[in-house]
Amino acid sequence: MNNQRRNVLKSGSGAALLSVLAAAGIITPGVALADWNKAAFEAKNMADTLKAMGATTPADSKDVQLTAPDIAENGAVVPIGVASTLPNVTMVAIMIEKNPSTLAATFTLPAGTEPNIQTRVKMGQTSNIFAVVKSDGKFFMTSKEIKVTMGGCGG
Amino acid sequence: MATNPMKIRAANKDGVTEVKVLISHEMETGQRKDSAGAVIPAWFITDLTAKHNDKVVLTSEFGTSISKNPFLAFRFKGGAKGDKIVVSWKDNKGETRTDEAAIA
Repeated sequence: MNNQRRNVLKSGSGAALLSVLAAAGIITPGVALADWNKAAFEAKNMADTLKAMGATTPADSKDVQLTAPDIAENGAVVPIGVASTLPNVTMVAIMIEKNPSTLAATFTLPAGTEPNIQTRVKMGQTSNIFAVVKSDGKFFMTSKEIKVTMGGCGG
Repeated sequence: MATNPMKIRAANKDGVTEVKVLISHEMETGQRKDSAGAVIPAWFITDLTAKHNDKVVLTSEFGTSISKNPFLAFRFKGGAKGDKIVVSWKDNKGETRTDEAAIA
């Protein structure tokens, strides 16, 4: 249902950005993948990531739940869970503000799949994690700061 | 490099099927350097699709922030014991892998 729209978005803003990057020699065209939202995954901050995904600024919502530890002793494996009680959730995204690329993953949920996803992510340093969901065409999010203590040399 | 099979567990409870997937993959970020100081090229899963019989129940795009040997759990309504769950992924080198399991 949303595939066409996604493709349009990708070939629109995504393609424009890609050609700029390719022209600048930052990426080689051969590396670029056709069906992967490269622009969104290469964005370095929240605003650019959301823009590349075609998302509007999400509203903070208590109906999005982010399950994650307060302190992650090992930044290489941080368990993250996103759930929501909002209706008709079609997309879930996990973003890590201070990672080299902000967007960790996006999940597209067809009707019948519950907005309840768990995965594990890497974190380079203490950062806010954002869970963004799309419900009835609108974007909502919640965030949580996770402290990363790597090898006992941080706090 | 040959890849190991995914571990897929699917269980139906009260009409909802929970699927857990453990993938064997390096998920190299392209940020790290080897002992000689050369950058280790990025190598990570970009796309993942899960199907219940022939119906897609989840599509996903990963970035480099996903942990090595990615774990993923999700739930969908429906599914019955013995139904087939098929998970496939593709990485940025174009390698793909598909594995399947039956709902327990």
